[in-house]
Amino acid sequence: MLHIVLFLFFGALCLGGAINLLAQRHPISSALSLIVVMGSLAVIYLLLGAEFVAAIQIIIYAGAIMVLFTFVIMLLNAGEEERTKGNNLALIVGLPGLLLGGSVIAWVILKGMPQTGLAIAGFRGSAPEIGRLLFRDYLLPFEVTSVLILIAIMGAVVLARPRGED
Amino acid sequence: MVPISWYLMLSALLFGCGVAGFLIKRNIITIFMSIELMLNAVNLTFVVFAAKWQMLSGHIFVFFVMVVAAAEAAVGLAIIIAVFRTRETLNVDRVNLLKL
Repeated sequence: MLHIVLFLFFGALCLGGAINLLAQRHPISSALSLIVVMGSLAVIYLLLGAEFVAAIQIIIYAGAIMVLFTFVIMLLNAGEEERTKGNNLALIVGLPGLLLGGSVIAWVILKGMPQTGLAIAGFRGSAPEIGRLLFRDYLLPFEVTSVLILIAIMGAVVLARPRGED
Repeated sequence: MVPISWYLMLSALLFGCGVAGFLIKRNIITIFMSIELMLNAVNLTFVVFAAKWQMLSGHIFVFFVMVVAAAEAAVGLAIIIAVFRTRETLNVDRVNLLKL
């Protein structure tokens, strides 16, 4: 019962944040609602027994990545989004298409998945178990990601450097 | 206990919001945030199926997705800074030339 209440509350918060991201015209408001989405997703991960994932969701996503986003928004002094003339065709074809696609996806999910509750008793994605798996079975991918991070750092430095300094 | 389909519906709705934001937003930073939203929705699906099959590999995959997302955010925001420096705008409609 408590699970359902928590899921409904944080799921609604999550969805509200996502819709607010679309509705806001100022990028900083969108960034703050994305932080709400990520924080409530972390709680949903906890409900699913994913302790480690919930922790790194807060630290990496809601912390590091979103700080980077807000930093860039403030650095570039991003103002309100300009309104553009929408095409009427987008409204006429898009809304029925959205409804059709949404109902097909909902039908597939509700049809294909059992309606019984998800039993997560005893299943905990704790840090020691994740670490054991990460450094034994997934050691090579883990090492490759370090190369990826290094390339990303160098790429970011090269791209963000002021031009005409080469 | 919450049925698995509820989690999947939440994930699908979040992904849909991400796709909609990617299509309708005009600010390049907000478009980038919509991509992060889509990545989060997919992460939720991974965690749900990890709990369903009682396998930790899903959590490991979420970890790798987060690493790639962090690298993507660093490079993407550097590209946004470079675009702003040459174009003086963040509106994607005005960024319509391949050359700098």
